[in-house]
Amino acid sequence: MKDKMAIIGDGDSVLAFTAGGVDAFPVDSTETARELVKKLAKDYKIIFITDVIAEKISDVIDRYIESAYPIILSVPSKAGSNGFGINGIKKAMDKALGVDILFNDKGEGEK
Amino acid sequence: MARLNVNPTRMELKKLKARLKTAIRGHKLLKDKTDEMVRRFSSVIKENKKIRLEVEQDVASVLSQFSVARSLMSVKDIRLAFSMPSVSLGLSCGVKNLMSVEVPSLSIDEAQGEDKYPYSLIGITSEADYSVELMGKVIVKLVKLAEIEKTTMMLANEIEKGKRRVNALENVLIPNIEETIRYISMKLEENERGATTRLMKVKSMLENRG
Repeated sequence: MKDKMAIIGDGDSVLAFTAGGVDAFPVDSTETARELVKKLAKDYKIIFITDVIAEKISDVIDRYIESAYPIILSVPSKAGSNGFGINGIKKAMDKALGVDILFNDKGEGEK
Repeated sequence: MARLNVNPTRMELKKLKARLKTAIRGHKLLKDKTDEMVRRFSSVIKENKKIRLEVEQDVASVLSQFSVARSLMSVKDIRLAFSMPSVSLGLSCGVKNLMSVEVPSLSIDEAQGEDKYPYSLIGITSEADYSVELMGKVIVKLVKLAEIEKTTMMLANEIEKGKRRVNALENVLIPNIEETIRYISMKLEENERGATTRLMKVKSMLENRG
């Protein structure tokens, strides 16, 4: 059994991911990305989204949080990370623990 | 505290006492479960953060490598070079049960192709080779990150739900039931006293007459 992975991103940088066996879907607007996520969620187990786009369509992404699949993961784009991924972890920690155990000293975290 | 809307009868009292017992037991179990989830969560989230930072760096370096490769080749060639995966990943997705939360569990059978580069070397620059190779490595890490990050998110959700339930039991349901039980037993005692007084009164009336 082989499950599929997809990447949604802006511009050509998503092409690089095809070398890893990921199907690439370049998009240029937030609306198309929104529609595409809904469509791909049925067929793909893992969907990577570059974080610039992920930030804009986080309302759609949040909908898939309840079930195990699909996994929607934000990845940094060509310009580097914009902190959306780390922010997501921070938010989860806030929600679950209510205290900061990772980011207390300037984002370095404890050992 | 609000009292439950029930008739003050012995039957209801009995039922409520059973409910209280269940509620207290449920509360204890749920609290233990949430505590354990929090414990697991804190170890998962630490790992998550570590891998996340690692992967973000890796991906950024792959992408910058890729843009170098791209600038040196035509779009057609680059599509060709990247159209075939250099590692064929047999990704299989399952679920595993972590504290009764169904979290994803991914496994990869990494089968390296017989050729390191799945294209003819003519016309492809070495920069492209390099980024294809890097991508193959990064993707494995990405899958691992995907698994862990999803687990974190799901656990966080579940912990929030569990906490809400524990609080509802502790601060609303259990006090309400206790209040109602107190009310019913007071009412019953009152009735009993009323009955005794009536009997005494009747008795003294009878004695007076006779």
